[in-house]
Amino acid sequence: MPKKNTKKKVLLSGNEAIARGAFEAGVSVASAYPGTPSTEILENIIQYKEIYAEWAPNEKVALEVATGAAIAGARALATMKHVGVNVAADPLFTASYTGVRGGLVIVTADDPDMHSSQNEQDNRNYAKFSKIPMLEPADSQEAKEYVRIAFELSEQFDTPVFIRLTTRTSHAKSVVTLEKPSVHARNVIGMQSKNGRAAVFGSFLIHPQRSKFVMLPQNARARHPFVEERLKKLGDYADAFERNEMIMQDTSCGIITSGVSYHYARESFPEASFLKLALVYPLPVEKIRRFASQVKKLYVFEELDPFFEDQIKALGIEVTGKSVFPICGEFSPSVAALGIAGIQDRRSEQPLVEYLPPRPPNMCPGCPHRGIFYTLKKMNVFVAGDIGCYTLGALPPLKTLDTCICMGGGIGHAQGIDKALRNKASGTTVAVIGDSTFLHSGITGLLNIVYNRGTSTVIILDNRTTAMTGRQEHPGTGYTLQGQETKAINYRTLCAALGVEHIRTVDSYNLKEAEQIIREEVNRPEPSVVIAERPCKLYRRIKQPVTAPYLVKEDVCKGCKDCLLIGCPALQWKTQQPVGKAFINQALCAGCSICSQLCPVDAIVRTEENE
Amino acid sequence: MNNAIKNILMAGVGGQGVILASEIVAEAVMLAGLDVKKSEVHGMAQRGGSVTSHVCFGEKVYSPIIRDGEVDILFSFELLETLRFQSVLKDDPVILVNQQKILPPSVILGRDIYPENIAEMLKERYPRFKLINAQALALQAGNARAVNVAFVGALSRYLKIPESCWHEAIETMLPAKLVKVNLKAFTLGRETPQ
Repeated sequence: MPKKNTKKKVLLSGNEAIARGAFEAGVSVASAYPGTPSTEILENIIQYKEIYAEWAPNEKVALEVATGAAIAGARALATMKHVGVNVAADPLFTASYTGVRGGLVIVTADDPDMHSSQNEQDNRNYAKFSKIPMLEPADSQEAKEYVRIAFELSEQFDTPVFIRLTTRTSHAKSVVTLEKPSVHARNVIGMQSKNGRAAVFGSFLIHPQRSKFVMLPQNARARHPFVEERLKKLGDYADAFERNEMIMQDTSCGIITSGVSYHYARESFPEASFLKLALVYPLPVEKIRRFASQVKKLYVFEELDPFFEDQIKALGIEVTGKSVFPICGEFSPSVAALGIAGIQDRRSEQPLVEYLPPRPPNMCPGCPHRGIFYTLKKMNVFVAGDIGCYTLGALPPLKTLDTCICMGGGIGHAQGIDKALRNKASGTTVAVIGDSTFLHSGITGLLNIVYNRGTSTVIILDNRTTAMTGRQEHPGTGYTLQGQETKAINYRTLCAALGVEHIRTVDSYNLKEAEQIIREEVNRPEPSVVIAERPCKLYRRIKQPVTAPYLVKEDVCKGCKDCLLIGCPALQWKTQQPVGKAFINQALCAGCSICSQLCPVDAIVRTEENE
Repeated sequence: MNNAIKNILMAGVGGQGVILASEIVAEAVMLAGLDVKKSEVHGMAQRGGSVTSHVCFGEKVYSPIIRDGEVDILFSFELLETLRFQSVLKDDPVILVNQQKILPPSVILGRDIYPENIAEMLKERYPRFKLINAQALALQAGNARAVNVAFVGALSRYLKIPESCWHEAIETMLPAKLVKVNLKAFTLGRETPQ
């Protein structure tokens, strides 16, 4: 963790550097929903007590909060993963029209190669689509510096500004030089006048600027030409912007690139000439023409879409891009070497072992999702799923999750299936969704089921945290981002208010009870909710009782392998004669008891009971 | 070449402390006055799956991930994981392997076989292969969980970084109450012959 102002040079991830940059740029309000690879920005921003920061229930709310703060005159930041921008797209496109008062910066963290995502959309397209400028840092030092530049641009041009990170800029660590924070207007908060209202608030209360911030058609019509004019001015700015840097070396090969791709290309071609773009939208047209005229062979080296390439080709400039570099997946120095020079970096020598067993991610030992998925597998129902750790329920041996498209989507899928089957899906289809995902965007789907006379059952897998992204708080946990106690949503009351009449609670560790109740509700031709409760094994705020691990009594085990069907990492198979046996890795066993409930001959017992 | 970059590829299984080890190495290198970049992925990619971390350092580092074929040191926390990276190694690489087996799910289910004699095969192919029992070193230091720091100690022998930088890095990266035992584990690892 960076220690504030104690050292001048520190090693920071891009996300930590964005947080530091926000502090140095005088950010006042920051809001986000966790999402890999963006999550650590807000987790790190809380060390700067001057910044108000919060987890919002979803990215749309986060952007709206940041927009409100910017309307109040504060510098505001919203951060999200690439698909989060889809959720926030509604406020985004119109905030482009309204512009800002205090600076408004949106960080989008893209995930080429989908290390932890459901698609690899290229969010540079959002900059063009919403007519908002976008900066893309190449390392942590730039990430920090570009936050300040982004806020200056935002206020100078009256526009929200994007900063685009990718997994490798978000999570890679590199050396950053710390600076003192600017004296910019964090002062919006805290300057109390005598009548109790912040003094600075006066300006926006007296001059609310309705023509700018109330996007009635007549006002929006007036703002659209402003947006077009702004883009032109930003284009001129891009040409003059020194961070759009021409590095002229060997002119036989010129490479236009941005972000971490610049470093990949520079690694493999240290002597080539580069046009390194910091502002990736709008493009510096004149600079591109100048660079193109000075090099013999021109490449565009950009991850994902041919975003620069298409625009550069539209200028009538001959350039090589996606004909030699892939659209899909992540770049590397080797991708540059192969595309530009045809060099194959990988060794061709004979591997020592031809086939290596894969090691995919798995639910943790003691994960409360495991028993629920085992039950659903047994029931042989179609499981409309969602985004979270429980998506791993699709992998072997459980293989019990049948859809996963977007946050909150599974509930809609269940209703769609039910309606396609003319309400006869009852007993065959169920939706599963995590607690954080339900609060993010599952509530409206459930409301729809009730309103439109659906019959689906929604299982809320309540593990009391946003587990997959690293256990962040949300409105159901009872704690804020900073760990302050707050109200925790009551799912029962919430679902009842939506009109659900059958709401049951089950203990995720009690297989028999869970099966009985889930069967009853799934077979009921009415909307219902089952709340499966057990905290995530890694959840930190609830002291979970230390349970003794289980063991397999070898003399009792018949070697039927029933216990292995849940895919627990602690359960292993020992091949031996005459019959193989299961055994439990004591160091991994979390004592959840699920496997012992499955054993037909009661061979699995708690260690202390065995003594 | 005066800008000689050293590339360490760290490999292991989620939960083994690979990331923390890479943090300590990167911090120590920075304290020694070198440029450094390191990279790995978080989120879905962890959860008990294969984990890698790239650490690159030298006078001036560009890419945070290692070019294929440029891995100087493969620092592997688990025997099987070592075998996944043969195609990205440099000629005559240093290969340090922690003597631990963690069975992948398909092996646990009895569907795949965990390859046998991995250490012997590596030793035969790579002259600069070394097997370290970091678990034993950690236990000797007094805490089984210091295994990754003991293993970093063994790695430190191969890098020209002053010992004081390693100590400072460990002090920076670990909670105060764990510093002492980890320093001991580091020293035990460092004393393992190269």
